[in-house]
Amino acid sequence: MTEARIIRVAGAIAEARPLGEAALYELVEVGERRLLGEVIRLQDDIATIQVFEETSGLSLEEPVRRTGSSLTTALGPGLLGSILDGVGRPLEGLADRSGDFIAPGTTLPTLDPEARWSFAPTAATGATVAGGDVLGVVEERPGIMHRVLVPPGSAGRIADIQEGSFTVSDTIATFEDGSPLSLSHPWAIRERRPMRRRLPGDRPFITGQRVFDLLFPVVEGGSVAVPGGFGTGKTVIEQSLAKYAKADVMVYIGCGERGNEMAEVLHDFGRLTDPATGRPIMDRTILIVNTSNMPVAARDASVYLGMTFAEYYRDMGYHVAILADSLSRWAEALREIAARLQEMPGEEGYPTYLANRMSRLYERAGRVESEGTPSRTGAVTFISAVSPPGGDFAEPVTQASLRVVGALWALDARLAHQRQFPAVDWDTSYSLYAEASASWFSEEGGADWRKLRAETIRLLQRDRELREIAGLVGVDALEDDDRLVLEGARIAREFLIGQNAFHPHDAFSSVSKTYHLARLLWEFMRTGTGALEQGVAFEKLDLAGVRVAFGAVKTAAPDDLDALIVEAERTIADMEVA
Amino acid sequence: MKPLEAPMARTYAGAASAAGPLLFVRSTRRAKLGEWVRIEGAGQRNRRGQVIDVGNEITVIQVFEETLGLRPAEATITLTGETATTLVGKDLLGRALSGTGAPLDGLPASIGEARLPIWGAPINPVRRQHPSDFIETGVTAIDGMNTLVRGQKLPVFSGPGLPGVELAADIVENARPARGEPFAVVFAAVGITERETQTFVSRFRESEVMERTVLFLNQASDPTIERLLTPRVALTTAEHLAFTHGIHVLVVTADITHYAEALREVAAAREEIPGRRGYPGYMYTDLATLFERAGVLKDSPGSVTQVPVVTLPDDDITHPIPDLTGYITEGQIVLSRELHQRGVYPPVDVLPSLSRLMNAGIGKEHTVAEHREWADQLYAIYARGREAKLMAAIVGSEGLAPGDRRALEFVDAFEKELIHQGGVRRSLPDTIRIGWSLLQTLPRDELTRISDATWGARTGGTDAGKSS
Repeated sequence: MTEARIIRVAGAIAEARPLGEAALYELVEVGERRLLGEVIRLQDDIATIQVFEETSGLSLEEPVRRTGSSLTTALGPGLLGSILDGVGRPLEGLADRSGDFIAPGTTLPTLDPEARWSFAPTAATGATVAGGDVLGVVEERPGIMHRVLVPPGSAGRIADIQEGSFTVSDTIATFEDGSPLSLSHPWAIRERRPMRRRLPGDRPFITGQRVFDLLFPVVEGGSVAVPGGFGTGKTVIEQSLAKYAKADVMVYIGCGERGNEMAEVLHDFGRLTDPATGRPIMDRTILIVNTSNMPVAARDASVYLGMTFAEYYRDMGYHVAILADSLSRWAEALREIAARLQEMPGEEGYPTYLANRMSRLYERAGRVESEGTPSRTGAVTFISAVSPPGGDFAEPVTQASLRVVGALWALDARLAHQRQFPAVDWDTSYSLYAEASASWFSEEGGADWRKLRAETIRLLQRDRELREIAGLVGVDALEDDDRLVLEGARIAREFLIGQNAFHPHDAFSSVSKTYHLARLLWEFMRTGTGALEQGVAFEKLDLAGVRVAFGAVKTAAPDDLDALIVEAERTIADMEVA
Repeated sequence: MKPLEAPMARTYAGAASAAGPLLFVRSTRRAKLGEWVRIEGAGQRNRRGQVIDVGNEITVIQVFEETLGLRPAEATITLTGETATTLVGKDLLGRALSGTGAPLDGLPASIGEARLPIWGAPINPVRRQHPSDFIETGVTAIDGMNTLVRGQKLPVFSGPGLPGVELAADIVENARPARGEPFAVVFAAVGITERETQTFVSRFRESEVMERTVLFLNQASDPTIERLLTPRVALTTAEHLAFTHGIHVLVVTADITHYAEALREVAAAREEIPGRRGYPGYMYTDLATLFERAGVLKDSPGSVTQVPVVTLPDDDITHPIPDLTGYITEGQIVLSRELHQRGVYPPVDVLPSLSRLMNAGIGKEHTVAEHREWADQLYAIYARGREAKLMAAIVGSEGLAPGDRRALEFVDAFEKELIHQGGVRRSLPDTIRIGWSLLQTLPRDELTRISDATWGARTGGTDAGKSS
C-alpha cells in the first residue's frame, strides 16, 4: 500500500493522500517529526488533518502515518497533581526534553509509566463484573481514594485479582477469557462517559464567594457562564474558585490564556492548602495549560481532555468542578480551523455548528448515578469564563452559552473600574439554581436565608433606582429613609458582595460568614429605619462606626469571627446614640 | 527517527499569478511552510517572501517588499530551504536597523553571534517565573498607579493625535531596573512616520541611552507586509539578549495598529473569511504569538518586558485591535483626549488603566511598603471626584456633599500635580512624595484606604512630604 504523503499545509491544517481508509477523528502522525494530528474531514482519498503542534517547517511529500485510534487519554491514578498540555503531555516532561521553549514532535505519556501504586482489591476472584464496577482502590493522594473501575463496555468473570504494588500498565486482574485489566484504561476524549442516570442537583457548590453563594448560587452538577470584557476579573474568579471552592477534584483548564497567569497558577497552587482538608490543593487538582501562543488545535482538544478527566472522577463518586478559562478561546480555535477548511461561516465567522458543539459540551456537566456497583453518585460542575469581544454579550459564544447554562455571572467593566470585585453585575446576573439550593443553605447557614437573599436583592434594586434620582437632584435632596437605602447598599457592595481575593481571610467566605454579613446588613437597615421613624436625623447615625464593624467581620479570621459579629451587632444597636 | 534533511535551494521560473502582496507558484517540490523565498527578475528589484500555504498544485508566497511593478511570469523564484532568521548579538546594541535588520546608520553590518528563526517558540509554562520585579519608567501614572513589572506586557492605548509614541519614547529614555541590573531596550518602530522616526533617533542619540538600545525602524513608507516581520525580528533580538546574556530587555513596539492592518491586508489578499471589521479570525492567536514572548524564565537571569503602543481607531476601546490586545496583555495604560487637550502630559487616564501584575511588583521588597494603600487611596478619591464632576455638571457643585466637593477639587490637583510631569523623568520616591502631599490635604477620616499604621508612620516620623 502506498504511504500517505502531505499534499497541502496551511496554518494548523494539513492534507494528505491516500488516506481513504482512515476514520474521522482518527489520530495520525504528521511528517518526519511525527506531529500529532487528527483527521477532521475525509473526501475521496484525501484526509484533512488538524495538527496539534506547530506546523512551521512541514513540507510537501512528508509522510503521514495512521495510529488506528482517535485522540485518547489514559485514565488512572496519577492524574491528580499533574500539569498537562492540551493533548495531555506532562509539561515538566516536555521541559526535560526540550528546555524552556516547547519544541514540536515530542511524545510523552500522560500517566507516569514508572510510578507504582499500592492496589487493594475489593472485588473477589470468581465475581462477575461489568463496566463501572469497582475492582479495588488505590490511595492516589493522602486521603483521596482512587476507585479502580472496570472500563465501560467490558464485562466478565474475574479469574484472578492481585493485591500489591503496580504500575499503571501492569495486570492487576484477568477475566476468565484471559483479557487483562490494569489500573488504567484508555478513553477517547470526545466521547462522553456512560452513566446510569442523571439526577437533579440539590446541593449547592460552595464557592466561598458571597455574591455567588448568596445571590447567584450554583448546584453541584450545574453549569455557569462567566462572561466579561478584559480587566473585569474573570481569571481572578476562576482562580479563587479553583483554590477555595468545595469540590473533591478540581480540573482547571487554561485555554488560550496568558502564560504569566498560568505561571502564577502553578506557583500559587503549589503552595496553597485546601482550607477544608489542610492538604496542598494540587493534591485535588489537575491543571491543563494551553496558553494563547500554543498551537490552536490543541486548544480545541484541551477542553474535551479536561471534561474526560472530570467524568472519570465523577464515575468514582466524586464531585468534580471544571474551571475553564476561557471557552471563547476554544470557540475561536473552532472558528480558525473552520475558516482554514473554507466552511460556510455562520454568525461572526463562527462555524454554524458552534452552538451545537457548545451545548453538547455544557451538557456533559451534571449530577449522576454512576454505572456499576457499589452504587455511587457523582457530579461535574462546569464553570466557564467567556471573553466577549468589546464586552458585548450579544455575541455568539455568550449567547450560545446562555441557552444552556443554569446560571449567569455577568461581569461588568464599569464595576471593575470602580474596583468593585468580584465585578458581578447584580442586575443582569441570574441563577436558576437559587430555589434548588435554598433548603440546604437554610439548614447550614440560617433558617432565614431565603428572606435575607430576597432583602439583599431588593436593597440593591432600590439603590439603583435611587441613584438615578440622586444623579438628577443630588443626594442632599433625598429623604432620610432613601439616604439610608443608599448607605445600606453601599455597605452591601463593599462588605457583603465585595470580596478581596488577595486578603487571607476574605478570599474565601464560609457559609456562616456569608450568612452573618447578610443578616447584619438586614439588622442595620431595620435598626436604621426604626431610628429614622422615631425622628432621629440621618446625620446622627454613626455610619462610620458601622462601616468599621462590617469591615472587621468581612476580614475576620475564623477564630475571631463570632466575637466580631457580636461586636458588630452592638455597634448597629447603638448607632443612633453617637 | 532520521534527522530532517536540510533541503537545498530550488529555483522556479515564473509564478502563475500575483494578487496584492501574494504570489502564487505552481507545483513546487517539497515546499515547506514558513520557508524563506527570494524573488528576482531581469529589470526587477530583488524581493523577499515567505511560504504561507503549501499545496501540490499551488503554493502561496507572501512578498515582504512592495509588489508594485512585479511581473510574476518573468520572476525567478528561489525557495531557499530556510525559514526566516535574523542576526542576533550583543553588538547590535547601539545600532539603528531597518525593519528586517539591515543597517540604517551608515555603519557596516554587525558580526553578530547567531542567526535565529524569528518565529520563536512558546515558553513552556512550567518554566516561567511569575513576574515580580519593579521597572521604573520615570512616569508617575505608571510607576505609582499602574506599576510595570519585568516580564509583563503592558500596552499604551493611544488615539490618533495623542502622544502615545512620545510616551513610549520617554519610557525608552527613562526606564531603569530597580537595582542597576544589566538593562537594554529594543525599540521596534512599525509603520511610524518619517517625522516620528527623526525625532526618536535624534532624541536617543542625544541622550545617553543609545548604547543600551537597538532600534528597528519600519517606516510608514516601507512595505506594509514587512511590518509582520519587524516585531518578530525585535523580539528575537530581545530574547537572545535576555536569555543568552542575562539582560533585562524592554521591548517597545509602536504601533501595533499598523501591524494588525498588515495582517488584514494579507488575509484579504488570500480571500479569507473576514472576522470583525475585516480583521482575520486568527488575529487573537497571531497577536498572542507576539505578546506572549514576554516573560521571565526560572533559571535565567534576564527577562523580556513589552510595552506595545496601540492607536485606538476613532478612540474606540472596543475596536478589535485594542480589544484583542487587552485580552492578551496584562493590563493597559489608557491615554485620554480630554487630558491631552487640557495640556496634561502624559495624558494618562488612570481609571480605565490597569496593571494586572502590579501587586507582585510593589511593596516593601520592591518599591515602598505603603504603595498599595497609597495607590488605592489616590484612585478611590480620584474616582469619587470624577463621579462628583459629572454630578456637579447637573446639580452644580453647591449641591454636592462636602466630601464630594473636596474630591472634586482633588481631581484638578491630581491631574495637574501628579499625572502631569511635562517630559521630565520623575523618580518613584518623588512620585510617592507628591501623592502623599495631595492626600494630606484631605481630612484623615476620608482616607479610608490608609491604615492607622501607615498614617502614623507617615505623619509621626517625617513630615517632609507635607512641607515640601
